[in-house]
Amino acid sequence: MLKVENLCAGIEDKSILQGLNFTVNAGEVHAIMGPNGAGKSTFSYVLGGRPGYEVTDGTATLDGVDLLDMEPEERAQAGVFLAFQYPVEVPGVSNMEFLKASVESVYAARGWDVPSTVAFMKLAREACAKVELPLEFLKRGVNEGFSGGERKRNEILQMLLLQPKLCLLDETDSGLDIDALQVVAEGVNSLRSPDRGIVIVTHYQRLLDYIKPDFVHVLAGGKIVKSGGPELALELEEKGYGWIEGVA
Amino acid sequence: MSEHTDRIEANLNSEYEAGFITDIESESLPPGLDEGTVRAISARKGEPEWLLDWRLEAFKHWQTMEEPDWAHVKYEKIDFQALSYFSAPKSQADGPKSLDEVDPELLRTYEKLGIPLHEQKMLAGVVAVDVVFDSVSIHTTFKANLAEAGVIFSSFSEAVKEHPELIKKYLGSVVPARDNYYACLNSAVFSDGSFVFIPKGVTCPMELSTYFRINALNTGQFERTLIVAEEGASVSYLEGCTAPMRDEYQLHAAVVELVALDDAKIKYSTVQNWYPGDADGKGGVYNFVTKRGICKGVNSHISWTQVETGSAVTWKYPSVILKGDNSVGEFYSVALTRGRQQADTGTKMIHLGKNTKSTIIAKGISAVNSENIYRGLVRIAPTAAGARNYTQCDSLLIGDTCGAHTFPYIENKQNSAVIEHEATTSKVSDEQLFLCQQRGIDAEKAVSMIVNGFCKDVFKELPMEFAVEAGKLLEISLEGSVG
Repeated sequence: MLKVENLCAGIEDKSILQGLNFTVNAGEVHAIMGPNGAGKSTFSYVLGGRPGYEVTDGTATLDGVDLLDMEPEERAQAGVFLAFQYPVEVPGVSNMEFLKASVESVYAARGWDVPSTVAFMKLAREACAKVELPLEFLKRGVNEGFSGGERKRNEILQMLLLQPKLCLLDETDSGLDIDALQVVAEGVNSLRSPDRGIVIVTHYQRLLDYIKPDFVHVLAGGKIVKSGGPELALELEEKGYGWIEGVA
Repeated sequence: MSEHTDRIEANLNSEYEAGFITDIESESLPPGLDEGTVRAISARKGEPEWLLDWRLEAFKHWQTMEEPDWAHVKYEKIDFQALSYFSAPKSQADGPKSLDEVDPELLRTYEKLGIPLHEQKMLAGVVAVDVVFDSVSIHTTFKANLAEAGVIFSSFSEAVKEHPELIKKYLGSVVPARDNYYACLNSAVFSDGSFVFIPKGVTCPMELSTYFRINALNTGQFERTLIVAEEGASVSYLEGCTAPMRDEYQLHAAVVELVALDDAKIKYSTVQNWYPGDADGKGGVYNFVTKRGICKGVNSHISWTQVETGSAVTWKYPSVILKGDNSVGEFYSVALTRGRQQADTGTKMIHLGKNTKSTIIAKGISAVNSENIYRGLVRIAPTAAGARNYTQCDSLLIGDTCGAHTFPYIENKQNSAVIEHEATTSKVSDEQLFLCQQRGIDAEKAVSMIVNGFCKDVFKELPMEFAVEAGKLLEISLEGSVG
């Protein structure tokens, strides 16, 4: 599904990703862990198409289609969803209006029926219930005055509505208390499906207690230096990153 | 500067939609300004002696005045001798008797602007329109229906002929001829405008509206609007403005006066989209306007709502004098500047009566190389016991080469007054745009959503038919979509 080969990228002349190789098949859940400054967020941003990040070499394709050539909104329409580490506020734009514009654009691009307003409201309410956000959050401005946990739940709410092909979660667990962590994990787990890939970028093993990955990778110095099963995460939790070859 | 900002700026530097020129034969006074010009305008309109005298006195005083320079705007000095002070489409020389006599080219102009003059086509009959082209009023719709309700809605020139007693009583009663440089010039050379009179106890049965258009080259537009609402009357009035794209500056110096007697309510909305000039600041309209209302009676209410997206330079402070006890003044404003536009706009709330209340909500949006200034005065006189004011000024910046400034003046001479002032400045950030884009919403649509969200508090004050239009206008101004 997602195929990343020899990806080299950076920001403002600073090279961060240095020949990263990574493959996700449909139905798989991957966790990417690694020390600070390893390039974890850069990897998410480069796949999402955040302006300012420059790709100098390599490829990234989703179902054979080149992602790196697309505008960020085209990647979203193709089915890439990036859950942000720090979702920003968009004051005055109601969550409902935002979600509707998003759903309409993505559904149309993917050739799905665009729901009527009534049908959309129903979908939005159901998704709210799933992530335990009160319905009034739909009327509030996007992330406006939301706590850290509420913002993350709002991200998962959007993910549930958009039904992406590939979910990228960038340190979604940061700043979450245990209750919120469970809600977020349940939301992600409900999206596990044979035709969807999920990539969890995280610092800590904690989230992986709730979302069991099929594969765990260590990202260091801008490339994947070690891959393994779920047991690798436990080993990292115990021993840190120092013992792995390639970790500076 | 980021890629995002670049792209948005490309959109912001887009074309002005209403910029076409109507090819029509005009009769204009030759450029130049002296006593003879004033006399010629007055004679052209067949005005009574008292009005000519009023004009001449204003002109005499204007010659002793200095052009003000305190506003935070820069522009080429105006050569008042190079302007023509009167221009009328030639076929209108004797005034149209009915729509059939209006030059079809003119009708097409208004249709292009989306203002059909044929009444049956007009917004299902909920809005009556007066149309001013260069210096003259072309046509007023629904006059008969309004007359039934006792409402007078006509061009200013017509009102001078048909209701001289009302004009004499109220003209200059809110904005005196000598009030300021441009108001004084307007008093001397004003050409036409709209007059509205709502008699005692009458609620005007439909929205009233005036569309202004400057067409002729090197012509100043100086219209006057006068609205009087008698005891218990109420009216909602909207003005819209456009001009063609010209390389030369065009001067627009209008005066608007509102008078609200006991328990009367006047709601005045403006959607101003004069030509803003090109991306390098060439051409465009100088919009130097004096708008003021007086809440003369007790419990009276005046509300200004403005959506300002056009003009090269704007200098405008719709104000309310709160004279009657318990009267209410409101000012809701959205001012968007882009390219090299400069806007110095705001309001004055002068509290004289007891328990008077005013609300100011001003939203400034600046993009590209523009300058957006809020300037406001809240004055509470010693007589205004229990007065209250709430002011909120918010600025939104798009890109990093534009500017926003806020100059609030507060003068309080009454201990029991309560004055609140809030101000914020924010930016459409790359993070916000990326969040929207990552959810499948393109950058143009995202900016338009963010800006509309920012303006929500003001748009909800517009008459419903126009709230949508205002949102669309902002979108067009931002997106540069054609058609």
